[in-house]
Amino acid sequence: MSDDLNQSADAPALFDALFGAGRHRIAVEGSFVCGSAETDAGPVHVIGTWDRAAVDVTLALRVAGAVLDAMAADAEAARPIVFIASTSGQALSRHDELLGVNGYFAHIARCVDLARRRGHRTLALIHGEAVSGGFLAFGLLADRAIALPGAQVRVMDLRAMARVTKLPLEDLQALALSSPVFAPGADNYWRMGAVHDIWPEAGWPALLAEALAADDGHAADERAALGAERGGRKLAAAVAAQVLREARA
Amino acid sequence: MTPRRTSYYEATARARIAALVDDASFAEFCGPAERRTSPHLAALGAPVSFDDGIAVGAARLGGRPVLIAAQEGRFNGGAVGEVHGAKLRGLLDRARAERPAAVLLLVDSGGVRLHEANAGLIAISEVMRALLAARAAGVPVIALVGGSCGAFGGMGIVTRLCSAVLMSEEGRLSLSGPEVIETVKGVEEFDSRDRALVWRVTGGKLRRALGEADRLVEDDVAAFRAAALDWLAAWPGAPAPDAELAALRGAHAALAERATHFADTRDGAEVWRARGFAEPARVPMLAAAEFERALAEAGAHGSAT
Repeated sequence: MSDDLNQSADAPALFDALFGAGRHRIAVEGSFVCGSAETDAGPVHVIGTWDRAAVDVTLALRVAGAVLDAMAADAEAARPIVFIASTSGQALSRHDELLGVNGYFAHIARCVDLARRRGHRTLALIHGEAVSGGFLAFGLLADRAIALPGAQVRVMDLRAMARVTKLPLEDLQALALSSPVFAPGADNYWRMGAVHDIWPEAGWPALLAEALAADDGHAADERAALGAERGGRKLAAAVAAQVLREARA
Repeated sequence: MTPRRTSYYEATARARIAALVDDASFAEFCGPAERRTSPHLAALGAPVSFDDGIAVGAARLGGRPVLIAAQEGRFNGGAVGEVHGAKLRGLLDRARAERPAAVLLLVDSGGVRLHEANAGLIAISEVMRALLAARAAGVPVIALVGGSCGAFGGMGIVTRLCSAVLMSEEGRLSLSGPEVIETVKGVEEFDSRDRALVWRVTGGKLRRALGEADRLVEDDVAAFRAAALDWLAAWPGAPAPDAELAALRGAHAALAERATHFADTRDGAEVWRARGFAEPARVPMLAAAEFERALAEAGAHGSAT
């Protein structure tokens, strides 16, 4: 099942598997996902990107606008926001760079952060793949990121990395076997604490309700500690804590 | 006697800090003696640095306490790895606890360090959250961009999360580097060797004209210091919590307006014309102060910060 879901753009099947048939009203317009759904933990907003989108200025504005609308709609009770992250990274174009696409991504991040502070639980579900800048804009800003089965997470593939770093591909491939810090893979991001869970093939509605009811990652960013606990990122939490607490010389 | 000018572009991270803050006021955290180097670079046989390419600490600016971080562009292009990112995240956590008058973030980075790409990407997301938490606690974070590596990749996003961006003409601020775009999309999309074009698409004057930067300053550490003091003195304080949604809606409208107004633009020269500069061809020649005057005459653009 997951292969089909991850490799096609069959949105209704994915949403049926996540929320149950007839329990979602979600529109997919091009690369933009927006709507709402019912879960066993209550109603949620659903916002995101689709079909391994290359996120550009236009898509970034739509995602940010949807988060702003969700906040405005929930003045009384802040419903959770479930982000669907399916992105091959940022769009590569001179026009987007000229407009300052980094500023548009920062704007999404500010919207997600304000939503969190206004009490919205935020979850990011990685579908297909999540790459680099497109993942940074909102997926990695959520309280918790979860990889659906078969999802890929990466900054850049090893061949491109070998080109840019001028290191031999064989060396990178060898180190990839023992070190999670640069090899692509949702499991590596799990070991480093940035992906909270990798879900199995079935049973998503119950897992979703459980993730929505938890409150990790909401008041504070606990991912570095999780990475240390899981053994994939041994220094981040300790170094940050040292800078936080060190007495002035 | 005029004091000797210190080029911000050419100075090292520590020289920038020393010339920027009050005399001898910098105290480093997790300093050089700690030798917090990257085990991931070492595993690849790549050179390591005693500070992993970033200095963080406390100082005073105009007599007021500040926290400060400076990336060293000379080490791996200021790229963010696990330790580098954790030092910056820790400093921002400290800002939330200590409430200094400001955090100064001297950005000089190509973004994620590919040798430890996953750790770098995650670290940048942690920096983003910590920076926004510091701002939410009422601490302004000021980005200074004027180094040889600019502010690219995830650090381009981090820069635009700051309360203010101070830039020199030489500074560059964007997301994907021109080389990456050229490699993937072809030289006709972006010729990375055309330095004037790169500057017109990512440089300080363009960013200032679009409202991405708050001040354009000369390539002089003293000018950056003066601009930081000036901006802080005029800072009205963080918006009240109940005004934040409206503030973000305002920023959203400004970004949407920019995307519409410059819908087909691919070169900064088109922006000078569209922004109403009287002599677009002369823009590259203008000194920072002249540029600010010309920009004011053309009609100030709303800031999206």
